[in-house]
Amino acid sequence: MELDPLLLSRVQFAFVVCFHAIFPVFTIGLASFIAVLEALSFKTGNPLWQKLSKFWLQVFAVVFGMGVVSGIVMSFQFGTNWSNFSYATANFLGPVLSYEVITAFFLEAAFLGVLLFGRDKVPQGVHLFAAIMVALGTFISSFWILSANSLMHTPDGLELRNGMYHVVSWADALFTESFAYRFAHMALASFLTAALVVAGVSAWFILQNREFDTNRKALSIALWMLLILAPLQVVVGDFHGLNTLKHQPMKVAAMEGNWETGTGVPLLLFAIPDQEAQTNHFEVKIPKLASYVLTHDWNGEVPGLNEVTPDKQPPVFIVFWAFRIMVAMGLLMVLFALWGLVLRYKGRYYQSNRFLQGLRLMSLSPFIAVLTGWVVTEAGRAPWLIYNQMTHAEGLTPSLTGGMALFTLIGYIVVYALVFSSGVYYLLKVFRGGVEKANRPHEQEEVERPKRPFSAAHASLEGDQ
Amino acid sequence: MEQPFDLTLIWAGIIAFGVMMYVLMDGFDLGLGILFPFAPDEHHRDIMMNSVAPVWDGNETWLVLGGAGLLAAFPLVYAVFLPALYIGVFLLLAGLIFRGVAFEFRFKAKTSKYLWNWAFAGGSTVASFAQGAVVGAYIQGFETENFRYVGGALDWLTPFTVITGLGLVAGYALLGSTWLIMKSEGEVQQWAYKLAPRLLMLVLVVFAVISVYTPFVDPFVKARWFSGFSAIWLLPVLALYCAYVVFSALRKKQEGMPFVATMGLFLFTYLGLLASKWPYMVPPNYTLWDAASAFESQLFLLLGFLFVIPIILTYTAWTYWVFRGKVKAGGYH
Repeated sequence: MELDPLLLSRVQFAFVVCFHAIFPVFTIGLASFIAVLEALSFKTGNPLWQKLSKFWLQVFAVVFGMGVVSGIVMSFQFGTNWSNFSYATANFLGPVLSYEVITAFFLEAAFLGVLLFGRDKVPQGVHLFAAIMVALGTFISSFWILSANSLMHTPDGLELRNGMYHVVSWADALFTESFAYRFAHMALASFLTAALVVAGVSAWFILQNREFDTNRKALSIALWMLLILAPLQVVVGDFHGLNTLKHQPMKVAAMEGNWETGTGVPLLLFAIPDQEAQTNHFEVKIPKLASYVLTHDWNGEVPGLNEVTPDKQPPVFIVFWAFRIMVAMGLLMVLFALWGLVLRYKGRYYQSNRFLQGLRLMSLSPFIAVLTGWVVTEAGRAPWLIYNQMTHAEGLTPSLTGGMALFTLIGYIVVYALVFSSGVYYLLKVFRGGVEKANRPHEQEEVERPKRPFSAAHASLEGDQ
Repeated sequence: MEQPFDLTLIWAGIIAFGVMMYVLMDGFDLGLGILFPFAPDEHHRDIMMNSVAPVWDGNETWLVLGGAGLLAAFPLVYAVFLPALYIGVFLLLAGLIFRGVAFEFRFKAKTSKYLWNWAFAGGSTVASFAQGAVVGAYIQGFETENFRYVGGALDWLTPFTVITGLGLVAGYALLGSTWLIMKSEGEVQQWAYKLAPRLLMLVLVVFAVISVYTPFVDPFVKARWFSGFSAIWLLPVLALYCAYVVFSALRKKQEGMPFVATMGLFLFTYLGLLASKWPYMVPPNYTLWDAASAFESQLFLLLGFLFVIPIILTYTAWTYWVFRGKVKAGGYH
């Protein structure tokens, strides 16, 4: 069997980036949540806020550490597997990715240490300032990454000379036409992730009747966040979709499973897209709704996949289903937000077992939504690496063979599996320790211990002590 | 060139400085990992790990910064080295990840400690070997056409790069042992005193082999060194002098000097290497100016680097200052 280096490299990149993305999307939202807790603590002086902050800071520390480790591979993969792409875009991508690294290091050097270990050593105001700066820093970091990504979707501000792009306008290249939508969509996704994880974990504590008053407060904040953000995300997502329709109509056609340009296009609830036959099987549809959603006119014209030749179409099945899963997660979030509101009016959002158990499961939903969302946007850009300018095949490392790509694909799967099963296992221990353990003075304050993010967490790897 | 000043040279300086910082600083903590399996008992290992725990990840900062900086300032290096060293880069990253995670979890582990010991030792050794092989591959040069690497997956793996790989493993182990002399006392220090001279001998032998071998591998290097007598001969002389200082400091049981002189040995060897290849960055075909990115891109990023490098240096110095002095036993039981 001939191994295809292109396919294997895409699978490898998708695998590594998906594994990595879980962590930053969580830390970005969680950093803001912690900043809010610190601000509440500063303002009210109620010790309950600090108790919560201490616990969630430990979670933050572990997730942040795993994000850094998994991110290292990313910065080298551009060169190993996509060297033609890296070389062609280096004038833009190089500085932008470097600025992300600079932001992250500056953040870690200047403020993370104070936030994690400085609570008793600096005035409370300084500690709050550090919390805000860390939250802000995670956003600046994601600004650079999303700016780089947006350029691949809606290239601008560059000029191709002798096989290398040159930046003619930094402003245009950094703030391309899809950037604002992408950034808003991701920022909300991060907040939602934090809200749902906090809600799920707090619900779990409440079910066990542990630190009831403290965890109820956290649950309450998380539910308010969910109530505001989940519907807002639907609106922002819609705008993002319309922006995509304008710039990448074939991606939207794949999302809708729409093979032929037409008016009054139905919205498909279910279908098995068949790329070879260029049609769908087993369609379940709502007439004219896709036209209405995309053009705000029941008989509006919606572009179909037949506008390009099959080799220029994205993989429809993947994009179609990833999109549906993401939307389903989003709607579930809205549903839970409303359910929470109803229960709150009855004054028993912390009493309904069914609701709390549901929230526990819902803590997985933001991760599923984020990953499928990225699959939609990235696979939907195929076959383009830089939209309408460079295909995946053109961006690939020319010397790469299928065997090499397979070797590292398996290698990264093994490394990540080992490393992250340990990481997640440890994270679950921190959860199990809960607010109580995070606030227990630990007997041996180790003077010589390194001040690493992980050392902010006190759980042991084995046993419960 | 119509630009007011040559940013490419400035960037070459920054990258060379970054690589040197990385080699010296991550070198000694990788070295401790290499020595890990040879330590007599768990107490020694605790001390070894404690001695670098506060600083090791700061040390690796330079690697990530260097990688990103290379893409921005010398994209050709990034786009040729990484594909050419594909398998080696994977081993390097996997090794660094394993040891990084081992660092975090060994502190938290009790019964599974031995597993993390092996992850730490294995990861450190593999990563060090891979780095040494990269140096060897750089000396060998790369098969390129039209700014693309066109060679095979394992072209980099030759007897020569195996020797440079082993050479760096021995060199890092030496750095690690002299660091340990400086940071420990009692039986741990005695153990390190015993190791260091043997490692130094090993390093000198490997360096001698490489020095003799290199001119045969690369006629360019031969011409550089043997066409007339030049000032660059000062570099190996200074390197040898440093080796002598290490030896005598070890004999006199000095504590700080062996480490400092070993750093000198590394520095002058490194400068010798740069002098051998100057101005070729992707040998044998491309100089640093061929490999450079656009002026405006180099300028855009330079502003950020000028801002962040002093901060990192200050932060690093501060960390070393805070954790100065001997590592005490125990610490985290």
